[in-house]
Amino acid sequence: MAAPVNSVCKTSADRLQVNCTSFQKKTRSKLISIPGTRPSVQNGQLLVSTGVTSLDYLLGGGLAVGTVLLIEEDRFDSYSRMILKYFLAEGVVCRHELFVATAQDNPDEILQELPAPILDDVAVPKPVEQPRLTGEPQDILDAMKIAWRYQNLPKVQSALASSSRFGHYYDVSKTMEVEIRQAAKCHRFYLPDHITPSSSYSALLKSLQEVIHREGFDLATPMSKSRNILRVGLHSLGSALWGDDLCCHDKPRHSHALTTFLYGLRALLRSSLSVAVVTLPSHLIQDRALMGNITRLCDNAIALESFKGSERETNPLYKDYHGLLYVRQVPHLNCLARQLPDHKDLAFKLKRKQFTIELLQCQTAAPSAQRRIIISPSGIITSLSFAQFYFHLW
Amino acid sequence: MFTELNSILNTSPDSYTRGEFILVSDRQSDASFLIHHFLSFYLRARCKVCFLGLAQSFCHYSAVSQRLAKEKGQLVFFEGLKECLSVLTPKENNVESEAMNFLRDPPVGLRSLYEFVRSSVIGSDNMEEGAEQWGPSVLLVDDLSVLLSLGVDVGAVLDFSHYCRALVCSQVQGNMVMLVRCNGEEDDDDDGDIGSDVLLKGLTHQCNLNLHVQGLPTGYCKDIHGQMEVCWKRRQGDAPHMQKNLFQYKVYDKGASFFARGTSSAVL
Repeated sequence: MAAPVNSVCKTSADRLQVNCTSFQKKTRSKLISIPGTRPSVQNGQLLVSTGVTSLDYLLGGGLAVGTVLLIEEDRFDSYSRMILKYFLAEGVVCRHELFVATAQDNPDEILQELPAPILDDVAVPKPVEQPRLTGEPQDILDAMKIAWRYQNLPKVQSALASSSRFGHYYDVSKTMEVEIRQAAKCHRFYLPDHITPSSSYSALLKSLQEVIHREGFDLATPMSKSRNILRVGLHSLGSALWGDDLCCHDKPRHSHALTTFLYGLRALLRSSLSVAVVTLPSHLIQDRALMGNITRLCDNAIALESFKGSERETNPLYKDYHGLLYVRQVPHLNCLARQLPDHKDLAFKLKRKQFTIELLQCQTAAPSAQRRIIISPSGIITSLSFAQFYFHLW
Repeated sequence: MFTELNSILNTSPDSYTRGEFILVSDRQSDASFLIHHFLSFYLRARCKVCFLGLAQSFCHYSAVSQRLAKEKGQLVFFEGLKECLSVLTPKENNVESEAMNFLRDPPVGLRSLYEFVRSSVIGSDNMEEGAEQWGPSVLLVDDLSVLLSLGVDVGAVLDFSHYCRALVCSQVQGNMVMLVRCNGEEDDDDDGDIGSDVLLKGLTHQCNLNLHVQGLPTGYCKDIHGQMEVCWKRRQGDAPHMQKNLFQYKVYDKGASFFARGTSSAVL
């Protein structure tokens, strides 16, 4: 189960053997709070931010702990990689632990490209945190003249201040500073380093399970320790580099290797405090039914279609956007109903300081139109203007 | 339990037909809310339920149903997710459950899983004294298509369902509810998804009652989540008789409402 904050479960005597989260209700005054998370207002699930605030909104407030977000890559893997980097950067800022697995680029390359956070209240560890050794020369310029009693207090804000915020903003024109990045613990899985006789997916699953057990993310671990979240980023699963022929053949021989892995991944995530983002080059997979199976084994699924290189890049109707975003699936966790999005025609734009996802709006052709009209590609008109207008159906 | 669905199907926890195979299927939609209905229905009818929860963890089902198996021994729950890890990532001192053996070697088939079902359905007859007597056994499976994704052959899944039906419906006179999910359009000539289509056709032929859930033919709507086709197969005299009804539905947080086409509260 994805970890709910208010446990519906009663005492263990009433239940079958199960590994459930033991987050207590507030009335028992043992509320465990993990930095960088918040409970969902709709159903009490524990949520983390994906790093992109508009994507958080689409997913119903954030990504639920214990679930998988599948991102179907755009053709050149530019925006899906960007969202993966936002996700990992958010983990660094919230002091979560990271697990990055790639087959193509070294995980360190992805980590070095993480965007820089914009906030002032992000705690940046500075050398002055360490107690000063007696032989070190005092920095006279740093010495306080008036508030000298505060001289020896740490200059950095306490970690609690930075983690009280849910969702941060990033500047993609700069990369994250090395000190901030190295403050977060990161586990790497680079496929060429793991040459095993078994399939690469089972090696990845074993490695992930080992990290979860060793670092104490298992829900079965006693609650006395302080808990943290493990953010798992899996880049380009299903591509040929993972030893799969899903992208090469119409009828792949081992079509169930990836789906078995996703099933095992769901099992691992449901029983631990982790959350995963998986990118998949779905445009290479010809079998739509297989994509349907893969989507069903993940909880959230979105698909990106960028305009780069297509004729839409120069189409004036799309000039405000970089691509389209499709919500393929939203989960229903611990309840019957899903948080369906209001609209299905979404477009995204990557600006320097924000990745925005919004309802696709198009300019009308006639310059005399007083107001924009909002048209979805299926031709449904949701607001009208009184002036003359032309509209395109495509 | 959805009261409207009970009146549509003309059943109640006090009176329901025994020995029935109910197939819940969906195409490009999600019919798992019906599994929750049947789970609470049979628990309330005081049946002994064997639940193969392959798609989600136990906490998900218990959080939805909220009163799940309060009485001891009424529910035997098989959590596929938990058992699969011991097979997919084996450790030295692990006590493995045999039931998910097919993960290691898919051609082996689902025999071990069937043995598990058999032991929980039949084995309950040899109970110790003092234990309560429950009603007929019921088998619920959520869902069969996961087995196809894990590499099991369609023939093996059909065999498994046939064995279970012979055991549960004929031998023990209990009921069986299975969920099958399909992708792709029905008339697609693409041989992309032969597996689940073949499975669906085979199971539709075997079942007594089919609840088929689909999206609306007119497209996405926030107020009406889809349509459900109810198809009974009854024998009247010598000839089999098929009766079909079409409803639309909307799923709420803790329930679902069903209505005739065009009579949604959003429209009226």
